[in-house]
Amino acid sequence: MAKSDVPTLEVRNLQTHFFTRAGEVKAVNDVSFTVRPGEVLGLVGESGSGKTVTGFSIMGLVDEPGRIVGGEILYKGENIANAPDERMRRLRGNNIAMIFQDPMMTLNPVLRVDTQMIEAIQAHENVSRDEAWERSRAALEQVGIPAAEERLKSYPHQFSGGMRQRVAIAIALLNKPDLIVADEPTTALDVTIQGQILYEVQKLCEETGTAMIWITHDLSVVAGLADEICVMYAGKVVEHGTVDDVLDNPTHPYTHGLISSVPSRNKRGQPLSQIPGMTPSLLNLPKGCPFKTRCPRVGPDCDIEPEITHPVPARDVRCHYPVAAGEAAAVPTPEVTA
Amino acid sequence: MTVFIIRRLMQAALVVLVMSFLVFSGVFLVGDPTEILVADDADQAERQAIIESLGLDKPFHIQYLRFLQKAAQGNLGESFVFNEPALQLIMDRLPATMELAVAALLISVVLGIPLGVIAGLRPEAAYSKIIMTGSILGFSLPTFWVGIMMIILFSVQLGWLPSTGRGDEIHYVLGFPTSLLTLDGWSHVLLPAVNLALFKLSAVTRLARAGTREVVHQDYVKFARAKGLTDRRVIFVHVLKNILIPVVTVLGLEFGGLVAFSVVTETIFAWPGIGKLLIDSIGLLDRPVIVAYLMIIVLLFVFLNLAVDICYSLLDPRVRLQDIKA
Ligand SMILES: Nc1ncnc2c1ncn2[C@@H]1O[C@H](COP(=O)(O)OP(=O)(O)OP(=O)(O)O)[C@@H](O)[C@H]1O
Ligand code: SF4
Ligand SMILES: [Mg+2]
Repeated sequence: MAKSDVPTLEVRNLQTHFFTRAGEVKAVNDVSFTVRPGEVLGLVGESGSGKTVTGFSIMGLVDEPGRIVGGEILYKGENIANAPDERMRRLRGNNIAMIFQDPMMTLNPVLRVDTQMIEAIQAHENVSRDEAWERSRAALEQVGIPAAEERLKSYPHQFSGGMRQRVAIAIALLNKPDLIVADEPTTALDVTIQGQILYEVQKLCEETGTAMIWITHDLSVVAGLADEICVMYAGKVVEHGTVDDVLDNPTHPYTHGLISSVPSRNKRGQPLSQIPGMTPSLLNLPKGCPFKTRCPRVGPDCDIEPEITHPVPARDVRCHYPVAAGEAAAVPTPEVTA
Repeated sequence: MTVFIIRRLMQAALVVLVMSFLVFSGVFLVGDPTEILVADDADQAERQAIIESLGLDKPFHIQYLRFLQKAAQGNLGESFVFNEPALQLIMDRLPATMELAVAALLISVVLGIPLGVIAGLRPEAAYSKIIMTGSILGFSLPTFWVGIMMIILFSVQLGWLPSTGRGDEIHYVLGFPTSLLTLDGWSHVLLPAVNLALFKLSAVTRLARAGTREVVHQDYVKFARAKGLTDRRVIFVHVLKNILIPVVTVLGLEFGGLVAFSVVTETIFAWPGIGKLLIDSIGLLDRPVIVAYLMIIVLLFVFLNLAVDICYSLLDPRVRLQDIKA
């Protein structure tokens, strides 16, 4: 895997807050990570942990009442957090592309697929309609859509969910971006199609050297795909390291809980555990560690917000009592689900 | 498509038949036109002769069947007052009303859609609140009052625009008379058209605003922005095309309303259209004209419904005509 010195994207202490009537929602609250060319970064966390908002912040697509209130987003060294609108427009879809969570909603229902693809090319390049059309056709074939020529003339409702997501992926690939933010692109699809798309996207990234941020709440997806992983909880990255390291040896109790809730071969026959409770409301987070209401290892220091430490080499963790290698997470009585 | 249209036309025929019965019996109940038609000094024999010549002595069902029979041949009776075929009277005046309605429709669309989109994109801005307040006024102020105020202001006080009639410079386009080809014609049509448009303009503005507010939060709009499209393209293509669907539907359905309710505006501005004819005919209890007017309006509504459904299927690819519940 080619690793160059200038990262494609470097996010430093990103903070994106929503100023709602009910109060300030700190949806992304100090998130940092780095993605290099050809690398895949997995962004994992429960619903509401701030994954999508992180993606939108990178794209410059955070809408009112949200705002990037702190940190830097360095695209090839240039800080694009709160960059001017026109600068962001030129980057979007051209240098940085995004695939959205829900394939049923991402394509405009009243415009033909060719219109929606050609405009994505012509927004950035002065090319003829014919040439843009030809590139659109090639992109559809690239993502495995048969009879691309005919399909271009169709409307989105004539496609299945899986096919629509392929179209969205093809659109993201159209201008050969350096970075793709893929927001749970396969979650809404059934397992077979999910597998096919994962395989194809991975192949494309390897071929083209595109960096990718793959957002998901499914650890098993990340395991086979990503190089590095960021585990998010309540707007913060609580654990960050290479995929193999983190999955083999999770140190944050939340990561630990996530892993033991995934069925796997070597745990066959053992009960699956589930993290008790739910993500706390971001409007009134508990003082100290946001995970403390659900954490099996909670201790006296947890009333103080944990800073990033490195309990093992090349690992960032936010926890006062990280789990040591080989140690059980000291789950008192895990809730049995299966 | 053909099957759909044929089915709709058959349904339309049924609607027209039912309406003809309702209209005819309604007018039958309203009053006896003989009092108005027969001169005061006429004696009993003359009176009887007039009644018989108009067929007013026959029982209701006979009168109705006769009416149907003639209507099927395109004859909706002769005006008691003008001694001319009622249909002819209406057809002579229809172009003036259509012209007024089309001008009003244009004003509603050309102003209403941009105003609504502007207000929908920034609902909290001061100008959006002004637009919305204006639309509430447009909805709630009575048409005749606004019309009179407009005449006082623009015709009497400022003397900018004429207050009555449609001017003398009538040209024929494809056999239809119109005054929209000259500046003088437009100066005549402007005040009544704005007056007639006010209600629709408010409706279109509100509809466009509601549509915009809903559509801009859809994922596909965000995805369009994620592709790096300019704001202009996102608004004019991605947003506008989606909000046009409800706007066209409502406008199409309400165009009939524009024609039907031009009565008030035509009366205030002495516009020589069918609305004014109707008011005059009601005053004189000129039954055939009233019936013919109502029948034409029914036909117009039926036709517009069909046209709207066809437009709708052209605008929204998800709708096929077969699916529309007729
Ligand atoms: N427009 C908004 N106004 C207020 N709060 C918002 C808004 N958009 C997002 N949030 C809040 O930001 C938090 C993070 O949301 P986000 O969509 O990033 O979660 P996520 O990790 O992508 O979850 P999921 O897996 O469900 O997609 C949520 O708690 C949400 O309530
Ligand atoms: S800091 Fe405390 S509460 Fe938070 S995860 Fe670590 S042990 Fe649990
Ligand atoms: Mg999300």
